[in-house]
This record gives sequence, C-alpha cells and structure tokens, in this order.
Amino acid sequence: MRRPSRFLLGGRRYSPAASLLLAAPFLLLITVVFILPLATLLHESLFLPEPTTAHYARAFAEPVYLRVMLRTLWIAVLVTALALVLAWPLAWVMSRSKGLLLGLLAAAVLLPLWTSVLVRTYAWMVLLQRNGVLNQALQGAGIIDVPVQFLYTQGAVVLAMAHVLLPFMVLPILSALKGIPEDLPRAAQMLGASAWSTFREVIWPLALPGVTSGCLMVFLLALGFFVTPALIGGPQQMMISTLVSQQVREMLDWPFAGALVGILLLFVIGLTVIFKRAVRLDRFVGTA
Amino acid sequence: MALNAAAYAVTVFLLLPTLIIIPMSVGPERLLSFPPKGFSLRWYAEYFRDEDWIRATLFSAEAGIIAALCATTIGTMLALAIVRGRLPGKGLVELLVIGPVIVPHIALAVAMFLVFEQLRLTGSLLGFAMAHTVLALPFVVFTVLAALYRFDAELERAALSCGAGPVRAFCHVTLPLIAPGLVSAALFAFIISFDEAVVSFFISDLDRKTLPRKMFEDIDFNISPTLAAVATMLTALTIAALLLGYALKRGMERRARRTGP
Amino acid sequence: MGVPDGSQGHVALESLVKRFGPVNAVDRVTLEVGAGEFLALLGPSGSGKTTILMAIAGFEYPDEGRILIGGEDVTWAPPNRRNLGMVFQRYTLFPHMTVLENIAFPLKMRGVGRAEREQRARAALDTVRLGGMGERRPAQLSGGQQQRVAIARAIIYQPRVLLMDEPLSALDKNLREEMQLEIKHLQQRIGITVVFVTHDQTEALTMADRVAVLDRGCLQQVGAPRDLYEAPETVFVAGFIGETNFYEGRLDGFARAGEPVSVVLDGGGRMTATAAQSLAAGSRIKVALRPERLRVLPAGEGLGARVTEAIYAGNATTLMLEGEGGRRLRARIPAGAGLHEPRPGERVRLSWQPTDARAFAA
Repeated sequence: MRRPSRFLLGGRRYSPAASLLLAAPFLLLITVVFILPLATLLHESLFLPEPTTAHYARAFAEPVYLRVMLRTLWIAVLVTALALVLAWPLAWVMSRSKGLLLGLLAAAVLLPLWTSVLVRTYAWMVLLQRNGVLNQALQGAGIIDVPVQFLYTQGAVVLAMAHVLLPFMVLPILSALKGIPEDLPRAAQMLGASAWSTFREVIWPLALPGVTSGCLMVFLLALGFFVTPALIGGPQQMMISTLVSQQVREMLDWPFAGALVGILLLFVIGLTVIFKRAVRLDRFVGTA
Repeated sequence: MALNAAAYAVTVFLLLPTLIIIPMSVGPERLLSFPPKGFSLRWYAEYFRDEDWIRATLFSAEAGIIAALCATTIGTMLALAIVRGRLPGKGLVELLVIGPVIVPHIALAVAMFLVFEQLRLTGSLLGFAMAHTVLALPFVVFTVLAALYRFDAELERAALSCGAGPVRAFCHVTLPLIAPGLVSAALFAFIISFDEAVVSFFISDLDRKTLPRKMFEDIDFNISPTLAAVATMLTALTIAALLLGYALKRGMERRARRTGP
Repeated sequence: MGVPDGSQGHVALESLVKRFGPVNAVDRVTLEVGAGEFLALLGPSGSGKTTILMAIAGFEYPDEGRILIGGEDVTWAPPNRRNLGMVFQRYTLFPHMTVLENIAFPLKMRGVGRAEREQRARAALDTVRLGGMGERRPAQLSGGQQQRVAIARAIIYQPRVLLMDEPLSALDKNLREEMQLEIKHLQQRIGITVVFVTHDQTEALTMADRVAVLDRGCLQQVGAPRDLYEAPETVFVAGFIGETNFYEGRLDGFARAGEPVSVVLDGGGRMTATAAQSLAAGSRIKVALRPERLRVLPAGEGLGARVTEAIYAGNATTLMLEGEGGRRLRARIPAGAGLHEPRPGERVRLSWQPTDARAFAA
C-alpha cells in the first residue's frame, strides 16, 4: 500500500507547506514588482528630504493642484454617470436575448474591452480633431462653417473615457440582470405594477449590486486613467494622472509625485474597502 | 421598443470609433478621411518599411510572450493553492491578486519607474516582462480559478485512489482537462502585455520601447496615417484572440459535459 | 375576504389562435370557465396549455380570437390592468422583500395605505397558515411555504380570476398531494375562479371541477374528471388519461355515437364495444379498454390470452398478457375481492362490458 503523501491532507487538499510553495513565485513577484515600488514611492513622499507631510499639504494648498484633483473627481463622476446611462439599456437587452443576437451584442462589448486603449483613444482623436471625421461630416452637411474645437474639451474627455470604460459598467449590470428570473417582473405586472413600478420596486433593487459594482469599477478606473485624458484632454483638462506624469518626467519632483500617488491610492483603497463586495474581477475574465 | 433602440445605438457607439479606422487606414491621402478617397496599402507598407515600428513590435511581442508564459505558470500555481490548498492568509493573498487592477496603473507605472531606474531595468526585456506579468496575473488567476471550479475535483480524487501521486494526478488528469483555460489565460495575458501603454510609457527608454509606447509618441507628435494601419492590425489581432478564446471556452465546456455526470 | 361578484369571475375564450412561426401553438380554442369554477388545462408539453394561460394573463397576445373576463374584452389589455392573480411554476417571490412585503405588494400597487396593507397582509398570511413568518425572507422558507406565500399574494387583492401555471411541479410528491387539497379547499372557501395549468393528470383529476384536455394546440375534450376517464371522446384523451389497452381492427357495419358495435380484430378474434363517435362502415377502428375493466377468468367466453407476468403492488395485481397475434395487454385485478389471480404461463379468457370498451376511428 502507498504511504499517504505528505503533500496531501485528508487525501484531497494540499498541505499548508505545499500551498505556500505553490504561491511562492506569486508572492515573490508581487513583493518585488508591486509592493516594493509603491512602498519606495510612498517612502519618498513622506521622508524626503526629512520626515514630513509637506508634500501632501502642498497638493491641497496650491489652487492649481487642488483644481486638478477636483477636476479629476468631477470627470470621474461624469464618466461614471454617462457610462451608467449608456450601459443600462444595453445590459437589459442583452440579459433578455439569446443566440445570435446575444453573441453579437456580447462581441460589441468584449471587442472594445480587449482592444488597446491607445487604439480606441486614437480613434476618438481621428473622429474629433480639427480636420477630423466629425468636423468633415458637420461641414459637409452645412451645419457648421468653421471646424469646431472638440479635442481638449471636457466633453471630449468624458465621452472618450466613458467609451473606453463602458464594458466595465455593462458586464456587472448584465450579470445582475441575468440573475433576475423572467417570471419576476411578470409576477409584478400581474400583481398590478405598471412598467415604471416594476422597474422601481423589483428590477432596480435587484440590479443594484451590479450597478454598484459597475459604478465603482468605472469610477476607480476613471480616477487614475492616464492615456485618454493625457491625449484627448491636453493640458487644459489635466487630471491627476497627467499631473503625476508631469511631476516625474518634467519637474523630477519625486516626493510630490509620490504624495499625489499617495492621495490617489488612499482614495482608491478607501473606496475598495467600503465597497469590498462590489469589486468582482471575475466578471471581466474570459470571453463571457 | 425604445429600450432596444437605445441598446443598438450604444452598440454602434461602442464599435464605431474602432471600426471606422479600418476603412480610413486604406485611404491614399495623408489627411485621414471617411469615406476614404481610394484604396491604397501605402500606410501598411510604410509601417513594414519603418525599422522603428518593426523593432517596437518585435520587442512588444517578446515581452508579451515571456509575460504570458510567466503569468500563466505563476497564476496557475497560485490558483491551485487557492482552490486545492490550505493557504495561510488566504484573504490577504486574494487582496494582493486584485491589487494590480485596483491600484491605478499610473501609480504603479511611476513607482516601477522609480525602482527600475535604480535597478537599471528600464528599457530592459526583464523589466517589461516582470511588470507585464504582474499586470496580467489577476486575469490569469481568475481565468484559471474559473476553469478549476468547473473541473470536477472527483476526477482528481479518482486518480489518487488509482495510486497516482498528487503531482501525477495533476499532470495526467487535471492539467489536460483545464488546458484550454490555461491557453486562453495565456492568450489574454499576451494581449494585456502587448497593448499595455501606461507602464510602458514610463519604463521604456530611447532604444527599447514597446509598440504602445511608440504609438503614444506618434499620436502625441502627429496623427500620421501609419497609426491607422497599426490600429487596424491591432484590432484584427484582438478579434483573432477573442475568437480563439471563444473557441477554447467552447472546447472546455464540451469536455466538462463529456466528463460530467 | 369577500366572494367576488358572480359574473366578474367568468372567463371566455373565443376561437383563440396563437402562431409561433408556422406552428399553431393554440388552434381555434373556444372555452368557457364559469365564475367560481376550478378549471384545469391539461396536456403534454407543447399542447398549448401554457400559451393559453399566458394569453389570459396578458403576456402573450393571440393572433386571432378574443378573451373576455367578466364579459369585458381584455384581449389587448396589459397584464397589470386585468386584475387577475397568478401563481407561477417557480417561486416568483421578490427576494429583496420580506414575506409580508411580498404579500402587501399588490396592495401597495393599488395605493392602499400602509396600515391597512400590513393588516390585510397578516390576515392573508394566516389564511395560508403561515402566521408569524411575515418578517422572514423568501429564501428562508421551504418550497411549499414559498408557494403558499405566492398564493396569498395572488389572492389578497381579490382578483377576478386566479391563474396557476404548474404551481406544484417543483415540490416533492407528498407535499404536492397535500398542497393539491389545500389549494382546492382554499378555492372553495373564497369562491374564486381558478384556471390551473398542469401536465399531471392525477393533479387535474384531483383538483378540478372540470378539465380541458389539449393536444398540439387543439382542445380535445372538456368535462368533469369522471366523464373524461369513463367517456373519453377522442383517442388522445383515452390514451392520455389513465392507462388504456388499445385493440386495433375493422368495423363490422357502421354506427352512430353511443351505439353498440362489433369489431373484427387484427390478428383474429372479434369484440363488442360502444361507438364513442360516429363511425363509417368498414372503417379502421381503435378500441380503448381500461385494464381494471377486463375480467380475467380461467375459462369461458371472450378473447384468449396467456399471462406473461404478474406484478403484485399491494392494492392490486397487474397482469401482463399476450393475446392472439402477439397483442400485448394489461389487466388489473384488485386485491381482497377474492378474484382469480392467474400465474405466469397460465392461459386465461378476457371478457368485458360492451359499454366499457370505446371504439374510435383510427
């Protein structure tokens, strides 16, 4: 008879030692490439040149920086709201369709999710620039005479970011809506609820976890988004990520960049902890 | 119905900006226009003739392949430890897994830039591979977890009861059955690395840069039509990856049905 | 809870047609349900029974025909304007509300004040014997309890008609039988009209005042449970309700419904039966005969057969028989009546009352 393996307890689970061994490469890598760099950066923000909170105070004291942070918050709110408005009908129709139609709609959500952010941002620039597709079309239709400045406006940033982040809103809402059996809204109607009451009393409360999760994901990602605001917003619409980049690459002010990152992290981690259960990565994995 | 119409409008909104680039990329003129005024592959030719573009593409491919292999190996090991093992501090580990998704990439990018410069890792293949492995790990872990949960643990127990050791049981029973999940995880890890722009933006140097970093520079500098050709090819690559991923998932579901009760 | 006004609960379907692509899911069905009546729609899956219920509820609109409730044409009215109650197959309690909130939901939709809502909901909860469970969430109740809450919710606003779509199919056998009687008693107590969809004939026969049997969209027969069993009007009803032996043969002469006929059986022999419908001279015939209506004797008159197997089941013994021409039949002998119980291999004679054998055109 075979001696029981010391890697197995109860014949089916790996022992703590074996488990730790399996997790070791991950823990090592995440320590060196994730924890260590962030810790170093935060250390700079708090201890250079001597232990101080001055760098953090500066971010709030100087109106320029405060404005950037408030704009970041505001744009993130707008992006989240726009994404929610756009995502709801799509998620609802997806949750109630099947077969080829569902496949096509799912492809429409997944293709942008996995297409390079740069490609999508570039596409928006081509559409919105001074001699871009939109201006060409508007001029061709005789609606405008001179090209309109779309790029480097807040509207353009919000639109492009909502586009880029939309899949992160659609997927969690879809997953919540799919969990509502078709008979449930039917029962509500049968019991006398109008379409609006059915939505307010039954569908919305049951979809709320998905909506929360989607809003949180989009808001978090929007707060720290770099590529799209940097290219479409330009200096006029600077968000915190662009400010961090500028401090590092142009001012070489590492402690202040560290402080800005610290503020961003505090915000992001705080929200994640508050809404811990809403952060569900598994919805974005694979091909739905 | 109004809701349906809205849904289709959103679908068009989602797809249009990406897809409109495709016809524009074959226009012959320097000024991109829609519809294109003719058909020409000159911007594609320009891409293939330009040594900078090719070098950046090859470098991205190298980094992507290494990151995909590392992330898949490391991620699978961790997923096994989470599902089959008794991992001390499992909650903390799970928090670390979603870390690279929750923490804004700008924060990670700047932090890595700071440390990598001191370690002379900027612009190095090793540096990119490590950074992209970390960024791709969450997606790999969750993909493999999903495959493992779908997989019937009884089968592994059956192999153990037939006298196979845990390693052999894994290699001969579990691994072949979750293989499509692993391939799909590797595929998406590659796409994540290949398309990654933010960290690459900071840890590239003048000689060694990835394709997204090269694109970033070109977009910022002038919106040249070559970019439209590159964007089209990247979109085609994404579509191919999605189709392959879908086929793999279908294959895995069929297997699960065959082996299931 | 008061008894709804007499004519309010009257349901009439007038040549209802519903097409799904080329298929007629419901094919010219005309049917009336009296106020206070319990009608079961019975049929196999795909017979159109659920489609009819959905049309009455307002979730499907018919392609042709009309639906009248209480004399009012509601064919095109939205579900929430029909004032009907419905209990679904799966429990459709709202998971985010308590049991009491669930039951009070239709009152809330009708603008009833909070205090009255609560008081009436508690009363309804008592009606279904779940008093004290009001604060729980649906997920904390068993399947049978959930379905009782669904019923309370469906009757609290005194709808004109209560529609039930296989409400017991998710329950296990014992609970199902208990609930069948409970629903029946509740219906009798409050006097509400019920239209009950089921594929389970025992359920339909146990609960309903009248049963409407459907097959492939067509109404086969509507009648009291006893009539359906003892006097089926179509071959489908004869085969679908209860167990039946079919004998195939050719008619000797012709007959109108109800007249005695003589049938020349395929493979030899002759049997007397009663025409269930008008039959043309010399036409192909199927004769339906219940296993328990066969008399099995060691010798004498009737068709010859050999016992191949005898299955004892406590209250009765079922005999598997092989007749002339390899025909396979069943006969059932009740226990304790002192009847002859043949053994496997024994040759026996089968006889019957001509009124128990019903002849249909094949």
